[in-house]
Order: sequence, then C-alpha cells, then structure tokens
Amino acid sequence: MTEAARQKELFNIIDAGMIEYSKAYGLQRELVWKRKLGLIRDTIILAEHKPVFTIGRRGSKSNLLVREGWLKDRGLELVRTDRGGDITFHGPGQLVLYPVIDLAGFEKDLHLYIRNLEGVIIGFLLSYGVSSMRISGATGVWIESDTKIGSIGIGVTRWVTYHGLSVNVNTPLEYYDMINSCGLESCKMTSLSSVLENYVNILEAKERLIQSFFEIFKRYGTTISSMDKKEAHLL
Amino acid sequence: MANVTLPELGEGIKSAVVSFWHVDKENRVGEGDDIVEMATDKATFNVPSPVAGTIREIMFQEGDTVQVGDTLAVIEE
Repeated sequence: MTEAARQKELFNIIDAGMIEYSKAYGLQRELVWKRKLGLIRDTIILAEHKPVFTIGRRGSKSNLLVREGWLKDRGLELVRTDRGGDITFHGPGQLVLYPVIDLAGFEKDLHLYIRNLEGVIIGFLLSYGVSSMRISGATGVWIESDTKIGSIGIGVTRWVTYHGLSVNVNTPLEYYDMINSCGLESCKMTSLSSVLENYVNILEAKERLIQSFFEIFKRYGTTISSMDKKEAHLL
Repeated sequence: MANVTLPELGEGIKSAVVSFWHVDKENRVGEGDDIVEMATDKATFNVPSPVAGTIREIMFQEGDTVQVGDTLAVIEE
C-alpha cells in the first residue's frame, strides 16, 4: 500500500472517558474480534480508569508492597490481566490509550510496535516542551534514568493489538508507593503535572496524545463513526 | 499432520515463554483459533491454529521457553 493510500484510511477513535478497567478490557476484546473479522477499521480507545492495580503476565504479587486486604478495605482493585509486563497502576489523571489495530497493515513486529508506542508518549510530552527518552532494556518512557512517566504493555492476537500505553498527566503519585513499578525497585514514577509544576488540562492532553499517535502512525483521525457512537453508548 | 510453530515476532525476538494453552490434547480446533498464549517481556502473543483439526501433541508446558521456529503443537487435519 502506498503511503498516500494508507493515510486515506482513517482510524476510529472512541473516547471512553472514565471507565472501569474490566469494562475497557471487555470493549477491547469485542473490538479485537470485530477487527479480526474485518468489521471495523483500526480503532483507538482513549480512557481514564478509577484506581486499579493490574498485574501482567510477567508479574507477581511480590511487587505489591501492601496486603491485598489493605487494598480491598480502601476500595482499590487488583486485577490479573493478559498483557505483557509486570505490575502497574491506573487511575484518574492518567491517560490510557488502547489501540486495536491490525499490525499486518504496519509491520508484524512486536518490538517495533512497542517502540512506536513509546514514540507516541515522547511526542506527546514534547508538545508540552518536556524532553523524555527510551532506555534500552527498560520499556517505557523516562524523564530521567530512574524516573518513569509512561508505561507500555501489549497483547496481540492474530496480529491485532490490544492493551497499550499509559501516561501520567495529573495522576496522584502516592498510589505508586504501594508497588515496585514495573517490577523494578529503583523505578520512581512521575507525572506531567509534577514536571511542569502545574495542573494540565486533561481534554487538551487527550487531543495532543491522539495527535502524537497520528504523527507516529502516519495516519489521520476522524470523528466517531455511527458504529462507534453506538458502542460508546453501550459502555 | 500440521505443525504449529512459533512465528517470527519481531526483530531481536528469539524466544518467548508459554503463558498458557487455550486447548488440551485431543481438543478440536478451527482454523485461526488461538491455541496458545506466548509472552515476551512486554507483550503477549496468541498463536493461531493454521488448520482445522484435532490437537495430537503439545510439545511445551506453561512456563517453558520456546525458540522462534520451534514446533509448539501438532494438529491432525
């Protein structure tokens, strides 16, 4: 496919707003199934979650630094999930992007896809004048060598992606005291608002994140299609 | 008989770990059904069945490391 032809194919965007992790997961699985059957175009879901800790396939509870009962008493969920990676936190003020895209239309390369998701976060932060970097062997986006701002964990089935990236915008960072982020004891987490020492408008941040995604994936977005409106309504 | 092999997953990815099997020996599967989930450092990858048939052999257990190109399972069409 030529680059020009590819750019004419537009993504669907679903802004799921504040949504429970399990609901967002269910939506992804449904979209993955539809994408595999060719019923929908490549779709990206943008979301925020209520506070939840999730453990990926490479993770264990040993990186949870508080008891599960302690979390439960505070209404905090702990979910085992089928993405790659270790333990992480999602919560209000953190933007999560779940691309459901067919990598056959890009390149069938898991690492390249992960590097591209890092690029989305790096470009997003740069739009605020904030420099960030990749670290070889430590997937994610880092402000300094021990300070991380964005995380990545993906799942793929028949080369259609689910799960994705998260970036801390206004995230309350105290939640990260409860875990060894990404399974690394030395990993500190920060947020864009901490770096800027200013609250960040989340609606504007969503637009910038989508824009950065498009720049990296060299495609252009569109408004929500009628099919997605129906899906979004069912959430 | 059809061999299900671990496909190329990307540059620099030589192996992956078996997360779990979606199927057991002697189960019937359809073409394209996910039969095993593999995990790399930050990704999970479901390997589909190349044919419809019956699972006759499962070559690796959960937790095993598998090299790209290795046979994961054998399916009788």
